[in-house]
Amino acid sequence: MAKKVALMQGNEACAHGALYAGCKFFGGYPITPSTEVSEVLSKELPKIGGKFIQMEDEIAAMASVIGASLTGDKCLTASSGPGISLKQELIGYACIAEVPCVIISVMRGGPSTGMPTGPGQSDVMQAKWGTHGDHAAIALAPASVQEIFTETVRAFNLAEKYRMPVQVVYDEIVGHMRERIEFPEPGEIEVIDRAKPSVPPAQYKPYDTSFGDVPPLAAFGTEYRYHVTGLNKAPDGFPTTKAEYVDAEERRQVRKVDGEVGRAGIELNDEYLTDDAEIIIFAYGSTSRSARYAVNELRKEGMKVGLFRPITLWPFPEKRIAALGKQVKAIVVPEMNLGQMNLEVERVVKGACPVLHLGRVDGEPINPGQIMDKVKEVK
Amino acid sequence: MAYDYEKYLRPGKLPHIWCPGCGHGIAMKGLIRAIDTCGLEKNNTAIVSGIGCASRLPGYMDFCTLHTAHGRAAAFATGIKMARPEMDVIVVGGDGDGTAIGGNHFIHACRRNINMTYIILNNSIYGMTGGQFSPCTPTGAMASTTPYGNPDPTFDISKLAIGAGATFVARTTSFHAAQIDKLIAEGIKHKGMSIIEILDDCPTTYGRRNKFRSVIDMMKRLKDIAVPVAAAGKMTAEQLEGKILTGVLYKEENKPEYCEQYAKLIAKAKGA
Repeated sequence: MAKKVALMQGNEACAHGALYAGCKFFGGYPITPSTEVSEVLSKELPKIGGKFIQMEDEIAAMASVIGASLTGDKCLTASSGPGISLKQELIGYACIAEVPCVIISVMRGGPSTGMPTGPGQSDVMQAKWGTHGDHAAIALAPASVQEIFTETVRAFNLAEKYRMPVQVVYDEIVGHMRERIEFPEPGEIEVIDRAKPSVPPAQYKPYDTSFGDVPPLAAFGTEYRYHVTGLNKAPDGFPTTKAEYVDAEERRQVRKVDGEVGRAGIELNDEYLTDDAEIIIFAYGSTSRSARYAVNELRKEGMKVGLFRPITLWPFPEKRIAALGKQVKAIVVPEMNLGQMNLEVERVVKGACPVLHLGRVDGEPINPGQIMDKVKEVK
Repeated sequence: MAYDYEKYLRPGKLPHIWCPGCGHGIAMKGLIRAIDTCGLEKNNTAIVSGIGCASRLPGYMDFCTLHTAHGRAAAFATGIKMARPEMDVIVVGGDGDGTAIGGNHFIHACRRNINMTYIILNNSIYGMTGGQFSPCTPTGAMASTTPYGNPDPTFDISKLAIGAGATFVARTTSFHAAQIDKLIAEGIKHKGMSIIEILDDCPTTYGRRNKFRSVIDMMKRLKDIAVPVAAAGKMTAEQLEGKILTGVLYKEENKPEYCEQYAKLIAKAKGA
């Protein structure tokens, strides 16, 4: 049977990806350029008995998502720029309390209100460091309408598997452009549900590390009664200031993502003509599309250029970038900001090769010609 | 006769953090009696709080308990209630938590008329952080951040709740312990947003700065200023000066409850 296809906008594809993944609750607040995610889900969720609520502000939207997730539902919120800034308080809460949820961050220009209808890629560091305190972060960066669908599904899977907030970050261009999308059949993409406790209710501890770095999470409203707090806590979920508990908790929550085992299940990259490349372009989101075009053009001119496109932005693909740094003459990083992911590339290559940044923040996309010119600057 | 409070508590988590003379423990006991009266199931009840002294209450209670971030309890609770309308949801918090940093969430939870019971313990101060003035600190009162007396006007929480659209609003004080459980029970039984404001005292950070010589003096004040709604009707404006009304201040049965409204929306969406 032929697959269902459609011409669809990125934000709409995001909403449909969420439904495919089993999303049952959306808490949101209107903001450009992410609003279409809300609009589609306000229509579609009630049809399957799901819940859509437009809350009084961005913080409340994030709070409602965490509350609903604790009852066992897969939950989503979507926002942009300043809205994501407001959510940071409770993204941190979801990190420390280890509550699965997905946050869509459609990037626009500038700090503050900036340029709400223009594209940007200046919230990629926010996706990692936006909330205070030490914490792990998972952020996925799709570059096409199809990929927004699949990465939204993967974001839910990772949120459930790692029991934490996961962000999907994409620029306004990817969010608002329309492309052909092929809908996967049910079961075609794996859908993961959070691990449920296997112990009897009386023995249940919500942060019991004897089950590994990601303890099973019970649902409110079942026979498992437990306590959730944003304070540092002991394995039983109750507040503690005991140094050994606090230290172990903090380290485990970072290790579950940034450790070797964690990373292996999260990292996802797309490499194009990197095997023999002497120059690598590191690009994500809509910029990676210009970069791919630039690679093809430069190859025609005889230059050995390749594209490294991180689909998982966080955790950062450290090992692979370090290896490429030793292979190539230079890495060029075009992005719609004044220098963010290039800092990670520099940190990881440790001076093995030069890292050239190409930043654009005027609300216009980075075009292939600009990238080609930058590549040609490599000595 | 001793009441079996332990049935609803987590004994291992006691003693509580509240200072001697604090009214929060009186309110917690009232809440337990109300829960018992209403027959709420432990597994089916979520108790949600924000940050502050009052917000430590859920940790002592043997239910599904959620100690959220400062001011955000009503918004977290809304998520729980929306996702699981069959659960009973109780919110507990202080005056600063609920009406300053959480003011927006408070009024909108009232507006939606979502079926929850919000118990707000109003001791008119930020106790946990050491006694800074809250939106409920009396004008002119001393707090750690009002060394020249509080310049701010105050919120009347109950009036705020009525104005915002809550459909059951009641007020009492920690002196009137027997009334606490009756009002909370009535709030739990009411279908819609119920606000129970309980005036209590913080001897440690408010009493000492405001010339209360003892907890008993503070309790006496609560006794003296409380006027039952029924009695107030017979009193002159002069007699009511400086008093607060107690009892059920507002009750409305006709405003649709939010989760029921949403259930109708789901039926419509499925039929469409």
